[in-house]
Amino acid sequence: MTRTLGKDLLDLESLTGDQIRLILDTAEPFKEISERAIKKVPALRGSTIVNLFFENSTRTRISFEFAEKRLSADTVNVSTSGSSVSKGETLVDTARNLEAMRIDMVVIRHSASGAAHFLANRIQSNVINAGDGTHEHPTQGLLDILTLRDRFGDLKGRRICICGDILHSRVARSNIWGLTKLGAEVAVCGPRSLLPNAIDQFGVRIFDRVEEAIEWAEALNVLRLQFERMTAGYIPSAREYNRVFGITSERLERAPRDILILHPGPMNRGVEIDSDVADGPHSVILDQVTNGVAIRMAVLYLLAGGKPELAEAAKGGSSRGREERE
Amino acid sequence: MTTKTTTVLDSRAVERTLKRMSVEIVELNHGTDDLIIVGIQRRGVQLADRLVKMIEGDEGVTVPQGSLDITLYRDDLQTVGPRPVVGPTYLPWDLDGKHVVIVDDVLYTGRTVRAALDELADFGRPDAISLAVLIDRGGRELPIHADVVGKKIDVGPDERVDVMVAELDERTEVVIVPKSSA
Amino acid sequence: MKPLLLKGGKLVDPSQNLNTVGDLLIADGKIAGIGGSIAGPEDAEVVDCDGLIVSPGFIDVHCHLREPGREDVETIATGARAAAAGGFTAVCAMPNTDPVTDNQAAVGFIVRQAQRAAAARVYPIGAISVGQNGEALAEFGEMVGAGAVAVSDDGRPVASAQLMRTALEYARTFKIPVIDHCEEPTLSAGGAMNEGIVSAQLGLKGIPAEAEEIMVIRDILLARLTGGHVHLAHMSTKGSVELIRWGKDRGIRVTAEVCPHHLSLTEESVRGYETNAKMNPPLRTAKDVEALREAVKDGTIDLIATDHAPHHYDEKEREFADAPNGIVGLETALAVVVTNLVEKGGLSFSDLVDRMACSPARLFNLPGGSLKRGAIADVTVFDPSERWKVDPSKFLSKGRNSPYTGMTLVGRAACTIVAGSVVYRSGNSGRGRETKRARG
Repeated sequence: MTRTLGKDLLDLESLTGDQIRLILDTAEPFKEISERAIKKVPALRGSTIVNLFFENSTRTRISFEFAEKRLSADTVNVSTSGSSVSKGETLVDTARNLEAMRIDMVVIRHSASGAAHFLANRIQSNVINAGDGTHEHPTQGLLDILTLRDRFGDLKGRRICICGDILHSRVARSNIWGLTKLGAEVAVCGPRSLLPNAIDQFGVRIFDRVEEAIEWAEALNVLRLQFERMTAGYIPSAREYNRVFGITSERLERAPRDILILHPGPMNRGVEIDSDVADGPHSVILDQVTNGVAIRMAVLYLLAGGKPELAEAAKGGSSRGREERE
Repeated sequence: MTTKTTTVLDSRAVERTLKRMSVEIVELNHGTDDLIIVGIQRRGVQLADRLVKMIEGDEGVTVPQGSLDITLYRDDLQTVGPRPVVGPTYLPWDLDGKHVVIVDDVLYTGRTVRAALDELADFGRPDAISLAVLIDRGGRELPIHADVVGKKIDVGPDERVDVMVAELDERTEVVIVPKSSA
Repeated sequence: MKPLLLKGGKLVDPSQNLNTVGDLLIADGKIAGIGGSIAGPEDAEVVDCDGLIVSPGFIDVHCHLREPGREDVETIATGARAAAAGGFTAVCAMPNTDPVTDNQAAVGFIVRQAQRAAAARVYPIGAISVGQNGEALAEFGEMVGAGAVAVSDDGRPVASAQLMRTALEYARTFKIPVIDHCEEPTLSAGGAMNEGIVSAQLGLKGIPAEAEEIMVIRDILLARLTGGHVHLAHMSTKGSVELIRWGKDRGIRVTAEVCPHHLSLTEESVRGYETNAKMNPPLRTAKDVEALREAVKDGTIDLIATDHAPHHYDEKEREFADAPNGIVGLETALAVVVTNLVEKGGLSFSDLVDRMACSPARLFNLPGGSLKRGAIADVTVFDPSERWKVDPSKFLSKGRNSPYTGMTLVGRAACTIVAGSVVYRSGNSGRGRETKRARG
């Protein structure tokens, strides 16, 4: 018996711990498919999926594309940049056009927080949020959590610290929601000018210095520092950021235990993370990438839900699962 | 029409039947060379476990044992209700030159075996594929037949055959239940 | 024009300490008789006001009528009619039109359009600076001469303290208030909602309360320095209320307004990225709502204004960060205030009338605000207990962007009279419907 996810995956805020576990459990068998010689199963054969990327992102788009193709779905990529306002065609019209073409699923990445919700409320197709503004990036959160679970087993009570620009990070928000729902202890670490003012209401510990975070944590999720933050004046320079907050091997050497290092990518080597750490023995960054495809396959599989009414009509009886149809 | 559960094979009867099947499989393959036994999730896997142990007991050889989850190859995936759970698939060998024996608990419409054949085709090209089932209940919807059959029984469309194995269900037996029961 | 005899309503007029059932006679555009039982001339039209409240006409000192420039979303005519439907006998129109209302010709245009509309009165507000650019002072004298009743750069803050100082000093000559939209622009830049836990969770840039409060105290201090009258538009925070009290305690000429939405909704309304909950200043927290309600009751906030800001459906139907700020309010203001402050909050109808009619007239030096014999006959007749469901498709305003859509509210205008003529009459006015009688 499976619990369902509903029509869309828009955020981790609205999922229960059980639903998150369902996605993680479902991703396990999908990992194995990517190890086969023929990396393809017919599960989503005949489904049409559009990757609607309003923001540049090669890695996430490719990851979704692999996931879709390995499930035998037909995929179309639409990449535009800039907001709908400057584009001419509004997000509403894009939504309606997709619906008129009977697309089954839409994977959307957009620079405006709430864009995925906006789309999901207006079309019948399944909508998957691949990152909306600074709001959430649920599949990234899930693959981070899966990577941690692979190493730690049960996440209850595990100490995970997210380091960097929490204020502008959708990855941070998704991680905080997902990890706290699974019972982990979550902390954040960064300059106060890059933490939301209301961070004390998120249920996380706050470390002002990265040395304290390293003292406490069992895993660090290191966020990318975007250069726009410096031009906008949140912090003075990349150099200072690295000297004060950078995850370096010197700092990690002083850690009381081996700490797992995660990073959502792409990395600014030498800014938030040093190369020898990123490529070092405690880094699980590449596992994250592998898990990303499996998580996305699991999400697509779970959302492309069955339509039991069709089965009813065809068979004139209930469809109860394998046991009945040997 | 039955309104209650009927036991077709009790624990001991299942053991005896499996023993005979294990001998038939070795016979079919003319030995244990190049034999791979693959159980279909879920209960086919437990039955395959027992068959492999029995063959080991008789022949002194541990035949490679794989497992196959056919959920993603089902032909009714788009219309069945809540998403079925996908179990693990384990087939790490090169299948060229091998004789794969698929093991399942009940053969009914044949659609599960069709899905298994499709999935195996994505792994490689065995020299031969055979099918061993504990129960053949008739009612085929596809031209599929079993090479090794534990027991053939006649069951109406309003009844269900349940195979239970101690590893999952606390006891081992094969029963017929009316479909309306949970 | 026939005389009007309003019979049997509850006469609520704090300007005369009046709060009693009685009749009101209107003749030649003026109040001809008030109180007790009035016989009235034979040709008088009789309006049955049993169960209704009869008060001086409501005046909204802050609304956006979009004409000239955006007649697709509202015109002075549709706005004036919407105002009348909301029980307002007069509104003041903000100058952030296109082109900006910063000269006497533009002011005159609005006056003439309002006369043509023949619904609620429309008093223009002139810009503080030419083009609302925050640099050169506009011609206050010429604008007042053409009919402007105040000046404001609303839509935008007056970022320069020096300009605000000069405006306050210069406005003293013409005895008009300077209205400021209090928002420190560098703190608020890019913000789409209140800064707090909701904005942090939704991933939207927030506007902290301090962005308003910094300008509130600045304006109060400049009013102290210049002796001018500063009127603070759409107050939204607890901190602002505390600062206004500080200023008033020291005898500084500061007055303030609050909008019905800041008395009834919080930032929680934004969840789900609801663009009809997006306005500037944004919806804040429950503590702020509480403080503003208390301030309305104790008079720290002098009056209630709507900041009616219609937008086209298409403009609001987009990603939250890109949607324009503002909601309509003329046709729901009375009901929101009755439902949230009178029914639940302990505000008396007498004080409601003061905040919506008497104080606006007194503080902005406008005719009306009183039912004294001889006063102009701008009268609002409303049903204080009618329950109705908000359906924007039935609004007289062209704007449909209301966060109250689908809600059931209490209180509704029944009959609106301007200069002795009925400019609005609701379908339910006065006859044989089943509602509770007027209270309090």
